[in-house]
Amino acid sequence: MNSEKITKNILFAATIILILLAAGMVLTLVSGSVPVFKRFGFQFIYSSKWNPTAGREQYGALPFIVGTIVTSVLAIIICLPLAFSTSLFIGEYYKGTLIAKIIGTMVDLLAGIPSIVYGLWGFYYLRPLIVTLGFNAQGFGIFTSSIILAIMIIPYASSMSTEIISLVPNHLKEAAYSLGATRMEVIFNVTVPAARSGIVASYILALGRALGETMAVTMLIGNSNLIPKGIFSLGNTMASIIANQFGEAEGLKLSALIAIGLLLFVITGLINAIGKLIIKKFA
Amino acid sequence: MSKVQKPDKGSLKGNDQRRAAKNKIFQALVILFAFIATTPILLILFELIRKGMKQVNFDFFTKVAPDSWEAMTAISQGKVIPGGILNGITGTFIMVIVASIIAIPIGILIGIYLYEHGEQRYAGILRDISDILQGAPSIVLGIIAYIWVVKYITHGYSALAGSASLAIMMLPLIIRSTEETFKMIPVSIIEAGLALGVPYHKIILRVLIPTGLSGLTTGILLALSRVIGETAPLMLTALGSPSVSFNLDKPVNAVPLLIWQFYNDPNMVNLIWSSSLFLVALVLALNLIAKQIAAKQK
Amino acid sequence: MNKLIIEKKPILRIQNLFVSYEKDKYAIADVSVDIKKNIITAIMGPSGCGKSSLLRALNRMHELYPKIETRGKIFLNDKDISKLSNIELRRKIGMVFQSPNPFPSMSIYDNVIAGYKLNGIRQKKAKRDEIVEKSLKDVALWNEVKDALYKKGNFLSGGQQQRLCIARALAFQPDVILLDEPASALDPVSTSKIENLLVKLKKEYTIVLVTHNMAQAARISDYSMFMYLGELIEYGKTKDLFTNPSNKRTEEYLTGKFG
Repeated sequence: MNSEKITKNILFAATIILILLAAGMVLTLVSGSVPVFKRFGFQFIYSSKWNPTAGREQYGALPFIVGTIVTSVLAIIICLPLAFSTSLFIGEYYKGTLIAKIIGTMVDLLAGIPSIVYGLWGFYYLRPLIVTLGFNAQGFGIFTSSIILAIMIIPYASSMSTEIISLVPNHLKEAAYSLGATRMEVIFNVTVPAARSGIVASYILALGRALGETMAVTMLIGNSNLIPKGIFSLGNTMASIIANQFGEAEGLKLSALIAIGLLLFVITGLINAIGKLIIKKFA
Repeated sequence: MSKVQKPDKGSLKGNDQRRAAKNKIFQALVILFAFIATTPILLILFELIRKGMKQVNFDFFTKVAPDSWEAMTAISQGKVIPGGILNGITGTFIMVIVASIIAIPIGILIGIYLYEHGEQRYAGILRDISDILQGAPSIVLGIIAYIWVVKYITHGYSALAGSASLAIMMLPLIIRSTEETFKMIPVSIIEAGLALGVPYHKIILRVLIPTGLSGLTTGILLALSRVIGETAPLMLTALGSPSVSFNLDKPVNAVPLLIWQFYNDPNMVNLIWSSSLFLVALVLALNLIAKQIAAKQK
Repeated sequence: MNKLIIEKKPILRIQNLFVSYEKDKYAIADVSVDIKKNIITAIMGPSGCGKSSLLRALNRMHELYPKIETRGKIFLNDKDISKLSNIELRRKIGMVFQSPNPFPSMSIYDNVIAGYKLNGIRQKKAKRDEIVEKSLKDVALWNEVKDALYKKGNFLSGGQQQRLCIARALAFQPDVILLDEPASALDPVSTSKIENLLVKLKKEYTIVLVTHNMAQAARISDYSMFMYLGELIEYGKTKDLFTNPSNKRTEEYLTGKFG
């Protein structure tokens, strides 16, 4: 059938576009990074010197890599009790009730708030709190950014966990109850182990989301190009250095920023791939 | 009598009491933390409404953003800062339209392909690529759009570049929601069409898409709500502009970009709340409509 | 008068039990019955007659579902079970479910000892080993799994998994074991293994068995009760019930007119 063939070709052509897009992205990032790697070699990844002054240019991505990883991991740690409790509340304790629906909706709404609005709210409301608590003189820093990140990723961490937890079969839980276990014991000995892979996967995916976050972090992290010494010191992340310095960047500096973009792309891609793998293998 | 082996340490009764106490405490903690998790959204919305409603008026939607000088003058005279966010609204509008024109047709076509080829190897690879794209940080997509469009196509910041970055963001979402929507259509409907000798493209246009329309719409609305709030990629591509512009090869503004400009300018800082309120209201409205459509479908 | 059957003391007394899942709709309506010690009591009846509900009332499983209301009194060894904590009660009354449900994340060994582990009762390894071996031997599973104790139980057949679940319930050496159609998901060979096991176990334990299989009740139970629409229609020695039912409904059920 002629029209059949045409249709199939059109569909296939569309998929080629996707392949070309992805390949093109990787190619662009890699070729854009070549100049800076040529100049500094792999030292670029573990050097912490960042000096864009013409004539004495030095670029090293380490402070940003450290900043990205520290803020994201800290964000997961902070988000864990909140997201996990939400999952248990909706998927176990109050499963099916109206209050669970309400809480679920309110947590989901968090995913809709744009990053820049989180940044504003963090700047005007969270920062003074940090100052009052005496953690940092102006309220900026790794810790502040991590808190905002933690809030941002709650819906990502909790939604898949909630679903997996609520799907643990009743009779398995009943078997544990019939042996005299308390609710908490059933949760930790039966429900969570049964839902384990889904829970882990959802936190890994939330981590992937946190790694790439730009605006909110940029506004709160303090933008210092040094490796942070403690969680209350200032820092910078890969995404925020790109956002801050990309405008009017050219030559070696542009290449450095593109290289950081490549690193960010690779790290996020790996983390997300691991998360998807866990789902595929165990769920 | 029941011959439960006694524990090696302590009494059974004491053990039971401890467990009962732990159980109650744990439940209380779960409830507490779950409620704490709901407070940020309330706090954010409350502040936005409280501070943002003051600046929302008719001008808000019809005038362009003031420049720093106008704002400073108004403040020193104790007047309300003039202007609105029209240039942002129109910029967002044009970029989202162009992004949709690019991403929706391609996304639906790929979604159809994946639906048809289900478990095959190539389809699996496509899905993996789509997932990687979906997880890519938006700033990286901004870099890509900068190099491809700003550098090589429009030779300068432009609305087209902004649209390109948004299109790349929308594509994986459309692909996934298209495939999921079609998977939910009972195969018998498709088979009925095929049995009548209907050519494949007609099945797609007259059966598949109309039947799955609400699912497709939901997917599109959710993809839109995702990209409308994005700032980072636009900073590298659209740059911003003080006037209303529909020129694809010139810089253009967007609501989130405006918010960023207001934030960075001490004279205009007070405008951030109304613009944020508008942005959040828009995003949440799209989300709500999408969820309503999805719920009706069930 | 048959002097060979000594009147055994009731271990469980159920008095005026009502269980409702919805307002004014009773799954169990005013049931009173005494269960005797060290015998197998079968609960029979068509679908929806309340037999599972009755069983689950005995170890207070209904409490897991706030919508279910229970009224009436149940006594275990003359003690009102509502005065016990449900943790204590469930150590004295164990339950085996319709489809075998060993905990998938635990090994065979851990499954048997799960009751202790879940209750936070810590014991020396030697004691635990002893309990596991005895329970598995009691259900005739020991030889089949003794070399695979630390593997997860998913390679076991349905019948073996169900025996594992019985072993798990036996680990506490409870007074009563409740079984809710334990063989309905199993093949005939496994079913008869389970039936033989129950007959063997009644020497040490009291067994209450819900079954939709009349032949099974006739084969292994000493006493039977017939339920219909939440009411206890008839209760008595199995032999008597089957050969000479005094209630018309019972007779209709037994002769297959419905159910």
